[in-house]
Amino acid sequence: MVEDAWQKEVFDVLKQGGVRQIAFVPDAGHAYAINEAEHDPDIAAILLTSEQEGVGVVCGAWLGGQRAVLLMQSSGVGNCINMFSLLENCRFPFLTLVTMRGEYAEFNPWQSPMGRRTQAALELMGIRVYRADQAGEVGEVIRAAADSAFLAGEQVAVLLGQRLIGRKNWKGN
Amino acid sequence: MSALSAAPALDRRAFVAALVAGVPEALIVSGLGSPSYDLFAAGDRELNFYLWGAMGAAVPIGLGLALAQPDRSVVVLTGDGEQLMGVGSLAAVGARRPGNLSIVVLDNGHYGETGMQPSHTSLGTDLVAVARGFGIADTLRVTTVPAVAGLRDRILARSGPTFAQVLIRADDPPRTFPPRDGVHLKNRFRGALGLLPF
Repeated sequence: MVEDAWQKEVFDVLKQGGVRQIAFVPDAGHAYAINEAEHDPDIAAILLTSEQEGVGVVCGAWLGGQRAVLLMQSSGVGNCINMFSLLENCRFPFLTLVTMRGEYAEFNPWQSPMGRRTQAALELMGIRVYRADQAGEVGEVIRAAADSAFLAGEQVAVLLGQRLIGRKNWKGN
Repeated sequence: MSALSAAPALDRRAFVAALVAGVPEALIVSGLGSPSYDLFAAGDRELNFYLWGAMGAAVPIGLGLALAQPDRSVVVLTGDGEQLMGVGSLAAVGARRPGNLSIVVLDNGHYGETGMQPSHTSLGTDLVAVARGFGIADTLRVTTVPAVAGLRDRILARSGPTFAQVLIRADDPPRTFPPRDGVHLKNRFRGALGLLPF
């Protein structure tokens, strides 16, 4: 498992921010946070089949008085579009962390169409977008996003740039 | 509904009224369309969260809510079409297995809101088998109003998760519209749980 310092910081900021539910579709960039969540007795890790389920889970958590976050890859944003209507209609606080694909040193062209439109799709649905491309800024940006979501009730996404995650080590023939 | 079309079909309003009367403290999330109308017709409650859209979200919302409120019974009341759109969320429920979550699908085998087109449950899908396949061990099929007592007991026991398929008639009772203001529904639900606005 990749355990870069910024990956650890992602989990630590969520934990310190009082997040009690982490819903996710697995992604290598989120591997540390997912693993930590699964072993943390104070946090429920919720494995989804599709990212759109996570929008509902996060809203349900807030209805019940808990802070939650959705972890996904950029392709998953496209799966969520109609579910985002929940956020606007009910003004649910919403925080999602999105690991980017299809934008930097990408080997797989199938990641590109959604990757190039991830930010625009989020913004089209009324979600504020922050980005972190340097390891040193990840913690602060997520902390700021969590404040926007949980203190100001906003709908916020943090895009974690592909440059952070680094080149995928492809072992083809 | 497949292979069960000969089974007696319940009146949806009578069933939902009996169900809600039996679980007065439950937190209830209803899926868009008729289940929301049915729930409202049984008597508006602050602890009802009615969906008017976000098709497929009823079970995910119920899952997040059930995990946040483990000492309360949480009921998702939805229809076959809404459940089918969010069918993957049953896998998430089967993986987490929150004991306090009960999913009640009012299955008439049709998309009632759009003109009664047959749904997959009229065409081969068996939702109880689907739920079991996703790892939800406690399942039941309800075909009579008195059987609501067994479902009520399971909701109150919070030893699920439970999945109930309720075979209802494919009719379209007079529509009774709950509030459509999502912010209002959210805030009054949280308020009834003693949760303050942020």
